[in-house]
Amino acid sequence: MSVFIIFILISMIVSRIFYLTILKNTHYSTLSQTNRVKIIPTPPIRGLIYSRDGVILAENKSTFSLIVIPEKINNINETIAKLKKIILIEDSDIEKFKKSLNKKRKFEKITLRLKLSKEEVARFSVNRHRYPGVDVVARLNRYYPLGEKLVHAIGYVARIDDENVKSINKSNYSGTTHIGKLGIEKYYESLLHGHVGYQQVEVNAQGRVIRVLEKVAPKPGENIHLTIDLSLQQIAIDELKNKRGAIVAMDPKNGDVLALVSSPGYDPNKFVNGIDAKSYDLLLASKDKPLINRAIQGKYPPGSTFKPFMGLVGLENGTRNNTDESWCPGWFTLKGNKHQYRDWKKQGHGHTDLHKAIMESCDVYFYTLAYDLGIDRIYEGMSRFGFGQKTGIDIGGEKQALMPSRRWKREVLGEAWFPGETLILGIGQGYALVTPLQLAKAMATFANRGHIIRPRLVSGTSNSITNEAHDLPNHSKNKIVLSNSAYWNDVIRSMKDVVHDVRGTAWFSGKDAEYNFAGKTGTAQVIGIAQDENYKKEEIAEEFQDHALFIGFAPVEAPRIVIAIIVENGGGGSKVAAPIARKMFDDFMKKKDPITKG
Amino acid sequence: MEEQNLGQRLHIDFPLFFGILALSILGLVVIYSAGGQDIELVYKQSIKLVIALAGMIIIAQLSPAKIARWSFVLYVTGLILLIMVIFYGDVGKGAQRWLDLKMFRFQPSELMKLTVPMMVAYYLANKILPPTISKVLMVCFLIILPVLLIAKQPDLGTALLVAAAGFSVLFIAGLSWRLVAVIGALGAAVAPLLWSFMHSYQKRRVLTFLNPENDPLGAGYHTIQSKIAIGSGGFYGKGWLNGTQSHLEFLPERSTDFIFAVFCEEFGMLGVLFLLCIYLFIILRGLYIAINAQHNFGRLLASGLTLTFFVYIFVNMGMVTGQLPIVGIPLPLVSHGGTSMVTLTIGFGIIMSIHTHRRFLSSKT
Repeated sequence: MSVFIIFILISMIVSRIFYLTILKNTHYSTLSQTNRVKIIPTPPIRGLIYSRDGVILAENKSTFSLIVIPEKINNINETIAKLKKIILIEDSDIEKFKKSLNKKRKFEKITLRLKLSKEEVARFSVNRHRYPGVDVVARLNRYYPLGEKLVHAIGYVARIDDENVKSINKSNYSGTTHIGKLGIEKYYESLLHGHVGYQQVEVNAQGRVIRVLEKVAPKPGENIHLTIDLSLQQIAIDELKNKRGAIVAMDPKNGDVLALVSSPGYDPNKFVNGIDAKSYDLLLASKDKPLINRAIQGKYPPGSTFKPFMGLVGLENGTRNNTDESWCPGWFTLKGNKHQYRDWKKQGHGHTDLHKAIMESCDVYFYTLAYDLGIDRIYEGMSRFGFGQKTGIDIGGEKQALMPSRRWKREVLGEAWFPGETLILGIGQGYALVTPLQLAKAMATFANRGHIIRPRLVSGTSNSITNEAHDLPNHSKNKIVLSNSAYWNDVIRSMKDVVHDVRGTAWFSGKDAEYNFAGKTGTAQVIGIAQDENYKKEEIAEEFQDHALFIGFAPVEAPRIVIAIIVENGGGGSKVAAPIARKMFDDFMKKKDPITKG
Repeated sequence: MEEQNLGQRLHIDFPLFFGILALSILGLVVIYSAGGQDIELVYKQSIKLVIALAGMIIIAQLSPAKIARWSFVLYVTGLILLIMVIFYGDVGKGAQRWLDLKMFRFQPSELMKLTVPMMVAYYLANKILPPTISKVLMVCFLIILPVLLIAKQPDLGTALLVAAAGFSVLFIAGLSWRLVAVIGALGAAVAPLLWSFMHSYQKRRVLTFLNPENDPLGAGYHTIQSKIAIGSGGFYGKGWLNGTQSHLEFLPERSTDFIFAVFCEEFGMLGVLFLLCIYLFIILRGLYIAINAQHNFGRLLASGLTLTFFVYIFVNMGMVTGQLPIVGIPLPLVSHGGTSMVTLTIGFGIIMSIHTHRRFLSSKT
């Protein structure tokens, strides 16, 4: 029986081939001989990226290259020698040219030099008639006019590599040379890229194009509109000049990220056509680590910026009420233990309630509060603000940092949790680590009195042909509901007095402001100080000096902007970070009505 | 002891050997043309051919009894290797099918093309044939387990071939039509499961097969160009080295999966008939050996392997002529490439062993 089946199947093949070769022979012969159809892909034009105010941040710029068509030239070496008189041609260019000369057909264009200057293009155009078979062609190249100012938000495109090849739709990328590698360019690749078009062309027996039969135009990529406010971004950049640090500003209502700066930055344009090894090594080896996006990847001890959140957790759990006081002599000890947990103010704050504790940043109040709450309730309460979790911003590479718990310590460090660790967690030291963006998101939750909003960098897209705009909504879905919603304003009042009361740690930053804002300073210790030592800035190497932090929002009554600032090894938060926030608030509050979307 | 002829002393079946040799040499001739007249390519392929033939002869020296004994061990080893591939495998071309053994990279799924039919034949050899339903279900389980593991890699082409190899043996063992219907229904049930295992590129291939003009830049292009190549060849073909479709680089995968299109374009219908005659000769010889085998294991395995060989041919030709979806199966013994050739020749080595060791067995009985 199997022989029978084999014969049936073979006769199927034979009849099919008979059908193709004999019955349809004339049809296919025509197709093959006179109608040699080739399909040439036309890559789509990549969508542009705009700032909130419509400034172009990523564009496609024409670059010109010099090309040669070998069959139209009698003596190639002579032509190159003549070209050298008006255009700079390096030996390496000639070497590359000779290599592709052997590979390609005589009628195909071969590049002799890339990236001609405007002068060179002009000089060649005037003399073109003297160089038959040589021409200048334009190619589109991704260009970031603001360079390093927005690199940590936008990222960059670069040549498609082997890794990319695996994941892309090959026919849609035939003809495309570049792909988003980082940031917005990567996250929104599918929108920015567009859809490939193609030309059906007829070629003769040598493969030369005779005529175009059919053309399907490519569909260009969507333009993308960022939430970034350039003037705010610029202030943040200026303030972090020659420093390491990060600033994130966002609109608490819709999560629009108004500024996202990580300092230092680097020039994304260098990466577009492949960065040279030497420059890349310099970037990698730099002590300032410019390639790290500190705003979403930098993990810092939150320091005293943790205190408003701790205070709220204390109120919500009933561990403290507004009038409960702690006695602060300048230090705190656990029963049966000699170790002194110190307050930053040596002589102490005296009788301290929550309002004073936040306003003056009293450490002892929060040591006792943390001790009374215990690690489990702290972990539970702080996690609700998103500490130790990714914020979900629309660029990749975000770090989740760390909100420690008993369980985490047992699983990762293999140790039990010690009470002393709870104490220092109360003032944002110890294991806790946050990213600047996490701080901003948590602050926004506060400003919103509980509404949690996902930070985002893109507010909408627009069609590059019709300009038809398409907004992306970003609604707050989750909310922290307190047993008494007055707790929010209790803590916010204290944060307001941090900057508006003369006793506040950053009172001079709030002086003469035309609006009310709220904030909290932080000074995060990088190294431990021994029991009998004092912290002396002059004696400590820069990399071990404290990080300066500030979080805050304005105006207090109807918040429009939230800011989180970290200046690495900058010193005190009130001295270094708070004034930056004031400048940014001032700039933003000047603008009458914010262009909010979503 | 009866006198033995040369073939039996060397354990080589000469009709099969010369059929394979003729096919491979024909393959070299086509590869030279398809590969852009690159003699280097032909040289490399010849070395692989010599290695493959040597492997065949070495395997033929083993007695069928030994092969039967090793079936179970090889099958289990193959399964373990397949599972290892999922965890430690190298990723090549978007699929995880290679195992890096330091010295060389190795595709366990290739091994399964032989061990699955061996295992099935071994399992059924001492059972009463035709097998009962429960036996059939057991065999189905033995086949489907590795097939799913291979499909997961994902390597749909190989998964189908392994399934074909296993079911060929089962088919030979004797199946009532009712059972065939049951298996058909089972296959229909597994199909959606397979679909969910498939990578997007494989799904696209199947969809494109249904309508090639949908994706003229991608997979549909393969089918369109290969049909033009075959159809323009006519009865006598355009002549060796004269195929325009292949030499102007219209045809993709010219020296591997789509070599049959090059062959058709240059040698025409006449050439195809000649090629099919050689294939048919090898298949018939394989079935002859199977019929004359003196034990169930040999009979089942020889015919199963022969049928699998035929499935290769049928699927490749069907794909190139646009009757079957593109699944990436080379034309056996003609296409460029070493791995599939070695698997095939080892299969033939086993068939030769079954044929040439029969006297030792018969002298026992």
